[in-house]
Amino acid sequence: MTPVDPVTIWSIIIGLAIGSYSLRFVFIGLVGDRPMPPWLLRHLRYTAVAILPALIAPLVVWPTATEGQPDIPRMAAAAVALSVGVITKNVLAAIFSGAAILYVLLYLLG
Amino acid sequence: MADTTSKSYFWKGFRDGTPFIFVAIPFGTLFGVFATEAGLSIVQTMAFTSTVFAGAAQFAALQLLQDQTPTAIILVSALAVNLRMAMYSASLTPYLGAAPMWQRACAAYLTVDQSYACSIVQFEKEPRMTVPQRMAYFVGSVTPITPLWILATYLGAVLGTRIPESWALDFALPITFLAMIGPMMRTLPHVVAALVAIFVSLMTAGIPYNLGLLIAGCAGMMAGAQAELFAERRKATQ
Repeated sequence: MTPVDPVTIWSIIIGLAIGSYSLRFVFIGLVGDRPMPPWLLRHLRYTAVAILPALIAPLVVWPTATEGQPDIPRMAAAAVALSVGVITKNVLAAIFSGAAILYVLLYLLG
Repeated sequence: MADTTSKSYFWKGFRDGTPFIFVAIPFGTLFGVFATEAGLSIVQTMAFTSTVFAGAAQFAALQLLQDQTPTAIILVSALAVNLRMAMYSASLTPYLGAAPMWQRACAAYLTVDQSYACSIVQFEKEPRMTVPQRMAYFVGSVTPITPLWILATYLGAVLGTRIPESWALDFALPITFLAMIGPMMRTLPHVVAALVAIFVSLMTAGIPYNLGLLIAGCAGMMAGAQAELFAERRKATQ
């Protein structure tokens, strides 16, 4: 555990609190009933499915815990969690099957 | 909101939102564990979870903090993860936009994946609901999970440092996100957006300050939007 500079942490907490609230407030609070341009809505629809995979992909291919070495248990767990999520649409089932594969393979290969 | 129909809509929302406690409890606990692992104190962790109130962005910020990313990039990246809240806010505006300002200000704080998902289904199913009834339902849907999310974070933060490294908790975050991404793949444009974002993020991983994340995110959003336009045009010509 590395000690983190409190100024950095509090800047992040306060910045994110204000920023997240603003994002939630901007339309419901300020736009009201005025319509938004379709091109903007079309891009906003894909925000979550673009940002989240982009965040995860490098962590799966080059895991922090193995110092960036590609790792079979982690890759397999990622593939299973994603596939189960796509097929069952059940977030918890996907989490538990991904974790199960990770532990089984870490035990067998570790 | 005191009339009886609003009250019954509050409880309907409460019932519809209850299953999400099975997501909020493990996810909140994990956040508490990660925050402690990343070096946050309990006060910092609790301030974080109760003011930001957005699991995915909180996890993203912690991950980048551990990678020694500059504060400005952490803020921009975590807020980019939260951009979908703006989309939810936009989508709820036609239903709740006529409520008094103080109620809209509270609703903004309570806009999360779960309250949005419940409410938009209910509002579309029963278009004749009044604005107070809708607001009661919306608040009801998030009532079961908010206190449990905060409590679970606290328990995770307290237990966090006692969890051994062999549990491979480093990988709980990728697994949780991947599990959330799966059910989001509703249409082909969603899949296109995700695949393009993954490809670009791996190609740009060498760029400093995690700027690759934002480049990849923008590329994915543009790909999704273009794929949607393409699909609409094909439908129109058939």
